[in-house]
Amino acid sequence: MAKKTIRNIPQDRTAMPVQKPEDRVCNFSEVALGYSVANALNEAERCIMCPQEPCVKGCPVQIDIPGFIQKICDQNIRGAYDVLTEANLLPAICGRVCPQESQCEQVCVVGDHLEPVAIGRLERFVGDAAVAEGWTNEPEIEPNGRRVAVVGAGPAGIACAADMAKAGCEVVIYDALHRPGGVLSYGIPEFRLPNSIVDDEFSKVIQLGVKVECNTLVGRLFTIEQLREEMGFDAVFIGTGAGYPSFMGIPGESLNGVLSANEFLTRCNLMQAGEFPRKDTPLHLGRKVVVIGSGNTAMDAMRVSLRLGAEEVHCLYRRTRTESPARAEEVNHAEEEGVIFHWLTAPVEILDDGDSNVRALRCIRMELGEPDQSGRRRPVPIEASEYEFEADTVIYAIGTNANPIMGQTSDLELNKWGYIEADEQQQTSHAGVFAGGDIVTGAATVILAMGAGRQAARSMKAYLGLLDPQEMGVSEADRPRIFGIDARQRNFHRVRLGV
Amino acid sequence: MIGLCPAVAESRDPAMYDIVAREDFSESTFLLEVKHPLLAKAAKPGQFVIVMSQADGERIPLTIADFSVERGTVTLVIQAVGKTTMEMQQRCVVGSALYALVGPMGTPSHIGKLGKVACVGGGLGVAPVYPQARAFKENGAYVVGIIGFRSKDLIFWQDKFEKVCDELIICTDDGSAGIKGLVTDGIHMAIDKHPDIEEVVAIGPPVMMKFCAEATRPRDIKTTVSLNPIMVDGTGMCGGCRVSVGGEMRFCCVDGPDFDGHQVNFDELMRRLARFRDDERVALERWSRSDNCRMGTEEPAIE
Repeated sequence: MAKKTIRNIPQDRTAMPVQKPEDRVCNFSEVALGYSVANALNEAERCIMCPQEPCVKGCPVQIDIPGFIQKICDQNIRGAYDVLTEANLLPAICGRVCPQESQCEQVCVVGDHLEPVAIGRLERFVGDAAVAEGWTNEPEIEPNGRRVAVVGAGPAGIACAADMAKAGCEVVIYDALHRPGGVLSYGIPEFRLPNSIVDDEFSKVIQLGVKVECNTLVGRLFTIEQLREEMGFDAVFIGTGAGYPSFMGIPGESLNGVLSANEFLTRCNLMQAGEFPRKDTPLHLGRKVVVIGSGNTAMDAMRVSLRLGAEEVHCLYRRTRTESPARAEEVNHAEEEGVIFHWLTAPVEILDDGDSNVRALRCIRMELGEPDQSGRRRPVPIEASEYEFEADTVIYAIGTNANPIMGQTSDLELNKWGYIEADEQQQTSHAGVFAGGDIVTGAATVILAMGAGRQAARSMKAYLGLLDPQEMGVSEADRPRIFGIDARQRNFHRVRLGV
Repeated sequence: MIGLCPAVAESRDPAMYDIVAREDFSESTFLLEVKHPLLAKAAKPGQFVIVMSQADGERIPLTIADFSVERGTVTLVIQAVGKTTMEMQQRCVVGSALYALVGPMGTPSHIGKLGKVACVGGGLGVAPVYPQARAFKENGAYVVGIIGFRSKDLIFWQDKFEKVCDELIICTDDGSAGIKGLVTDGIHMAIDKHPDIEEVVAIGPPVMMKFCAEATRPRDIKTTVSLNPIMVDGTGMCGGCRVSVGGEMRFCCVDGPDFDGHQVNFDELMRRLARFRDDERVALERWSRSDNCRMGTEEPAIE
């Protein structure tokens, strides 16, 4: 076969079929429908298999991206799944929610000349194929007798747990909610990430022998110190997320009809309040919804509101579309679905209807001034530009602060914002205790949390004296077969490839 | 229906959250003793749990009314006022189990080394103030218990309170037992007789706690109240339980549930508790019409 070059590959990025805006706004089915086999084969051909592989370095969990794309080109989708799951057990999830445009796809060599290879869409294609076909790599894990506790069954915890289980450790994940998944379950809505996908990929983690204990609030039911000292865990990973939603401190925030995006999304996604009264949890969404903030969470909240029947959904953001922290694709989707954006606008007061409900917002217009520390131009209020804006539901999506429970219940060192202090190896101030994800960095993305979970697993293995296969020079032929550690130490793990 | 994936469901310990005892105090108030040895060991006075009675159910916060390390149980006292709690009243029998029980949540009460305290419970607050009274007693304090009921036949736990209180003032609305009056009358009696009471702990409906705080304010007696606003996760994530204390926004689930009663904006709390009033009515009406409901038809659930 001729060597692939920029000139001879398909020039256009293969489009992803999507539901029409007018249809999708009436349902919770997925917006992006995923690649067909023909779509995937066409897009896979666009990877020129460059020797530099910048995409692998651009991936927080270092997936062998050219490796899995080559398998797709070979029409060996099962093989592609094996390569993907070596680094990431959750390809169907990550293919959907990773911001690939600022990671692997941003550094793609093809992207220097054409649109970059649609790595995320290909990853999702392979993940979905595995879900549909029920593929699984049955683990043969040689136990090493080490016990690891993971606090929080979200992306960081799942990634760490999977790696430690593969290394032969006995792993228990604790989660405070009644359902595992963390933000994947309570936060990201069904039309972006179906719960069935979360369940299916999470079951792969269970198949590694990981035990999950829900309804367990670590810190309060038992402490991090107790896990180490009394409960016999050799190492602990903390991935409890950020939580603790921010408000602005303007008058009227306690009115009924004002809520955080976390509360709104948790009611809708985890508790299925959209089905009230068939399900018990109420939501009481109004007719005219205003969401404050313009990040991905704001987009999710607005798009859920539309699907639940809000007549108008407005987005208030104090800067412009250019500074909006949401993925461009999410802003476009929201706009197509009918969200009305009010850039350079900030609320100054929420007004009541005389009966403790929201009636309107008092807003002020902004303009962009000098750049601030983040390099973005600082929004400055325009004098005498205040006006009233009618609304009955106000959703805050302006970020979160550190959850205080770990700080209240352990003597782990925290930084000045209350996040857990951890170094680049994810090591905390306590030996054997590692932390990663939003509880260390503040609110970020699913894949960055997973990357931190994997880094913590590497550090944990070193701490426990387990060798890492990546540093052992395992041969290419054995790579899909060996996740593990060192045969001489009786702690390596072999995967019996399924049929 | 979205459930837990089978693998997760299997990994669940089937013996968790078994209801081992139940007692009915009145037509609407009942006690459940639930097996959860770890929780029983960890619980401290002032903390609460979140309960789900079934997979599609609401997460509801309940203050821990008692806990026993020996029996490996926690005790909850529940008032059947809405769909979820009325359904629990029907379904939660000995031998059944809760779907979910998580805790202990919230910052434990600060049980200082005090000479003299008053522990005040009204309505549903009678039960959760008991562990506080016991803890103060164990810490060597002189404990005045003040508990309020509508009438004599609704009184419960008198014996338990008598064991941990040096004095017990029972207040009934109709005077059928103890003094005729509200717990605030009991507070006035107690602080008149014992001007050296250093702290009053008051737990009950918000309006009761509001007036308890007003009763102690003139004498500037430290007054601690335990708030129970609407919440979802109970771990600081949703912010639904935000309350105003001294003009500042606090999250009851992680910053409380105990707060300085003189600083709490009770009116705001009461308004926020009514946030889902219409939905609650819809849910209750729908349920009381359904086959699942075994309530007497001659007695409509809500007027």
